Amino acid sequence: MKGMTLIVKTISDFVVAFIVVFGAYIVLYGHLTPGGGFSGGVIIACAFILLMLAHGKDVAFSKLSERAAHILDSAGAIAFLVIGWIGVVGGFFFLNVFGRGEQFRLLSSGMILPANIAIAFKVGSSLFLVFSALAIFRRRSFRSMIEDELP
Amino acid sequence: MENITPQLYTLLVFMVVGSIVAIEARNLLSAVISVSAVGFALSVAFLFLGAPDIAITQLVVEILVLIILIRGTILLDNTAIEKGRDTLAMVASLIFFGLILGFGAMIFGSTGFPEFGEPLMRVSRVYVQTGLPATYAANIVAAVILDFRAYDTLGEASVLFAAILGALALLRRSGSATREEVVSA
Repeated sequence: MKGMTLIVKTISDFVVAFIVVFGAYIVLYGHLTPGGGFSGGVIIACAFILLMLAHGKDVAFSKLSERAAHILDSAGAIAFLVIGWIGVVGGFFFLNVFGRGEQFRLLSSGMILPANIAIAFKVGSSLFLVFSALAIFRRRSFRSMIEDELP
Repeated sequence: MENITPQLYTLLVFMVVGSIVAIEARNLLSAVISVSAVGFALSVAFLFLGAPDIAITQLVVEILVLIILIRGTILLDNTAIEKGRDTLAMVASLIFFGLILGFGAMIFGSTGFPEFGEPLMRVSRVYVQTGLPATYAANIVAAVILDFRAYDTLGEASVLFAAILGALALLRRSGSATREEVVSA
């Protein structure tokens, strides 16, 4: 049986959805309350890592495949760059040319909200990738890898 | 605001002790766990100091790094640290720090530091005074890192991107050639 015991699996199934929602809240309200793209992205990555620890890597990869994580990683980085380039329209790189909106509301502060979302995708999927690289790495034991390298 | 100095000193002592334990531990897993204890204490200290943004980031990254490090540690067959302290490395680092201090004295000796208790406030004054009217972001930390200093965040994102690429290229072995293939080719 892959993964951990039934107790851990049941609890983590129950908790994962709440962790993702909390991460999304931290990202979306990053310009109003403490938090932001980086910490929210790490929280969402932790939800998927919890899935991987509890159920094994196959279940986690069925929710978010390695290829999808690669694409989200690169897409987040490009989206942040594009947000920077949109500023060139108004004069220079990273100029906040979007509408400012109304103070203390969710849709305010121009480019900060989209930039937070882009960074969250970038950070979250790349940290998930780091952990999945370790899970793939585990397929062969460390000892046998070293012996492969030795002449 | 009440006096938080005793709490901070307690955390500081805890962190110093934890760091010493991490350096002196003879078992890799104990060292990893004491490093994480120091990190968690640091995040509590940030909360006491009124920096919830940094506290959240520190806490979350600490959890992730702890999971990754423990997972990496239990993959190793032998986790005891047998090597003693390297005297040469210690002497080299002492000389290095001495050189840094010397260069610092050379550079700042002529221009001089600002007076004690009167830091340079030219940049941060602008951020604090124009943060809300200029960006409409209620969280001034977000205003600073994603508007005034978005270049910094871009650099941070690129560093992370390059680090992930390197880690994946080194760790994944499914696509790389085995030794036999290289030898026979």
